[in-house]
Amino acid sequence: MEGTDDAMSLPIELANARDEIRGIAKQLGLDFFETVYEVVSGDEMNEVAAYGGFPVRYPHWRFGMEYERLHKSHAYGLSKIYELVINNNPCIAYLQESNEMVDQKLVMAHVYGHCDFFKNNIYFAHTNRRMVDAMANHAAVVRRHMDRIGQERVEAFVDLALSLENLIDPQRVFLDQRPPAPGPAEEEAEEPQVQRIRAKEYLESFVNPPEFIAQQKKKLAEEKERRRRFPERPERDILLFLLYYAPLERWQQDIIEIVRNESYYFLPQMQTKVMNEGWASYWHSRIMTEHVLEDSEVVDYADHCAGVFSMPPGQFNPYKVGLELWRDIERRWDRGQFGKEWEECDDYETRLHWNTEANKGREKLFEVRRLYNDVTFIDTFLTPDFCDRAQLFVYKWNERTRRLEISDREFRHIKEQLLFSLTNAGQPIIRVEDGNFDNRGELLLIHDFQGVELDVNYARDTLRNLALIWNRPCHIRTQLGEKEKLFTHDGTDFREKVLDR
Amino acid sequence: MLRIERDHNRFKEIVKGRIKKDFKKYISKGEMIGRQSGKTISIPVPQIDLPRFKYGKNQGGVGQGDGDSGDPMNGQPGEGQGAGEDPGQHLLEVDVTLHELAEILGEELELPNIQPKGDRSISDQRDRYTGVRPTGPESLRHFRRTFRRAIKRQISSGTYNPDEPVIIPIRDDFRYRAQKTAPNPQANAVVVYLMDVSGSMGDEQKEIVRIETFWIDTWLRHQYGDLDIRYVVHDAAAREVDRETFFHLRESGGTKISSAYGLLDKILREEYSAMDWNIYAFHFSDGDNWGSGDTELCLRLLGDSLLPVMNQFAYGQVESPYGSGQFLKDLRGHFKNTENLVTSHIPDKDRIYDSIREFLGKGR
Repeated sequence: MEGTDDAMSLPIELANARDEIRGIAKQLGLDFFETVYEVVSGDEMNEVAAYGGFPVRYPHWRFGMEYERLHKSHAYGLSKIYELVINNNPCIAYLQESNEMVDQKLVMAHVYGHCDFFKNNIYFAHTNRRMVDAMANHAAVVRRHMDRIGQERVEAFVDLALSLENLIDPQRVFLDQRPPAPGPAEEEAEEPQVQRIRAKEYLESFVNPPEFIAQQKKKLAEEKERRRRFPERPERDILLFLLYYAPLERWQQDIIEIVRNESYYFLPQMQTKVMNEGWASYWHSRIMTEHVLEDSEVVDYADHCAGVFSMPPGQFNPYKVGLELWRDIERRWDRGQFGKEWEECDDYETRLHWNTEANKGREKLFEVRRLYNDVTFIDTFLTPDFCDRAQLFVYKWNERTRRLEISDREFRHIKEQLLFSLTNAGQPIIRVEDGNFDNRGELLLIHDFQGVELDVNYARDTLRNLALIWNRPCHIRTQLGEKEKLFTHDGTDFREKVLDR
Repeated sequence: MLRIERDHNRFKEIVKGRIKKDFKKYISKGEMIGRQSGKTISIPVPQIDLPRFKYGKNQGGVGQGDGDSGDPMNGQPGEGQGAGEDPGQHLLEVDVTLHELAEILGEELELPNIQPKGDRSISDQRDRYTGVRPTGPESLRHFRRTFRRAIKRQISSGTYNPDEPVIIPIRDDFRYRAQKTAPNPQANAVVVYLMDVSGSMGDEQKEIVRIETFWIDTWLRHQYGDLDIRYVVHDAAAREVDRETFFHLRESGGTKISSAYGLLDKILREEYSAMDWNIYAFHFSDGDNWGSGDTELCLRLLGDSLLPVMNQFAYGQVESPYGSGQFLKDLRGHFKNTENLVTSHIPDKDRIYDSIREFLGKGR
């Protein structure tokens, strides 16, 4: 039989294009995992996309919901997914059957950019490169539990776990993977003593001044108090906390672990959206325009690029901003527009023609792609000049007119706002403060309020789900308007009260 | 290839569950009727979403493009329009086919299936070879389709050589003719809506009628597959109108119900023989009739010529500030044990749910 091999391999033209582009990408210095392309029909693309790119996921209705959305908007011609690539070794990328040849080339060039980024960016270093297998295993585990315990019950619990999936700690991936700070330790037998420096008696009050000793004593006492607290330090990885300390059955632990695991896997993609899309766009643009593009394809190529990089009035396009920032970096480092002298120069003319012929652009590009994420990227490389050129502005909700309005174009504000919306991937920062709140085994979370309120409806429902997992009332401290509030949910009822400050 | 179908079905089940849960609310709201397009209806269901901690509306952000301070963001309503500003309450538009809707209606109201009368209910079936499928007996092999697939495969896998065009179909390429069973139309059904449009019927009453007819249509169409619908309005005289007019016409003056029943009788006698048709009539009025003499006439028409040929005659009485409601009492008094006459009293929208159950609950 004409075996599976043939069915898997690409049609001859696509295979040729792939080999050519792959060669060029290597030459240009990109370093990627091998990439497997699969050609799929439009609707298959919707299916794959609904599963986040993975052919096998655990059964859950939200994938069906996503599929419905994609399928509809595809059917009505509102959207079309050109490309989809997943971070795995080998990388797996999907090509839409109905794409024209020039699109397929563009997509391939773009995909090698992503693959290089996946492989080399430090924020992806912790991700599982066999995620396709891991996902399939997760599916098998969930399915097994469903067979054993019943679909309804397992699904209901997956719903609970998913509603907490963003409560993880981005920093934890760089720390050791020990359990979160342990519970209350055994009572220590002896009162710890302050270490004194040995000194002659007449020097004692100078070498060990009484205030200092008192201060140290207090510190020790606090330390002890802290150790008695649970968790010892506020914990951001709430899923992990639940895994260790919530009263869960084995199968429930499995599910939380799966949700948490997948959350961490997808995390870097959210942390590097602007960079990653910009990087892939930068490379597809170079590969296409410098090497691959044929004369007859130029118009189509330009047309499609215009679509991808369009700036619908008032919206923020990560492809566009990312691409331009990368180009800006290359240009600046090529012309030596960095460092002390450059920063201190404020003569317009001089700056305009500044060129030390440093030619460090390329080197810098690869350095940045290895070490940065969106937050540090914007923080370091967003310049007032760039904001001007890209016509960036800040918009805010106007309570009086009840609409979103352009607020201003001040560089400082733009940067602040951008950094805010990128920090923690635009999610509120929430910690477990106390796992034994009021000494009643209740759970207290604290929302690190940064000027933006939580959505109360969502917060209420999420808190309910948390309470159902924790099996005791749960609280979250946050701020609404000027008031500090404590929301409480015990699984059936919701209360809120104003806290005195 | 993928498991999406299973998840998609599960999602649709959940959505249907939501609709069912709030079905009582949907039934008495007219909003669904306006959303019908073709064979599907789009129902706004509260967003089915996994809750999570997220930011509320005062978030703000960074945009790109022209504009001055104080300009609205694109796609935002103008000043002062508060519509849709409530976050977290996004509605999900779900397309449900009328067929599915009728199924939900049937399940929720516990409606029995209708047993159509007459020979026509035995539907005729014929097999025709109109389809193609990947398996079958060799005698039904579709030569052209098979080779078309083979050549497609060879070209796309690069094994086709135009200089030596040898095409060898493999197992996967084979296609066979398949029969499809085409059922002949089943039982025929006609429904005639009669409505009192005299001055005493207000807009609210008409809205109730409009909603009732929507659900009756949905159910009967589901049961019969195809449905003739006729509309008759009456005040002191009756005439047949189209759908549009039926719901918007407003007359003044008195009410003579017998005029409508007379016209109904005429329509049935001329166009719909009881032998071939399942016949339904739904009459909506505020129960005010012009004198007891006319009511006598109505009762006689019903008893002698209408009820004997019909599957069901339904009378729904809406309440208006002017109507006396006498007609309902007369009907109920006169036809105490008549199987195929149902009456329902619909004082307000909240009663629509029960009245539909009364109308359709007999399975006739």
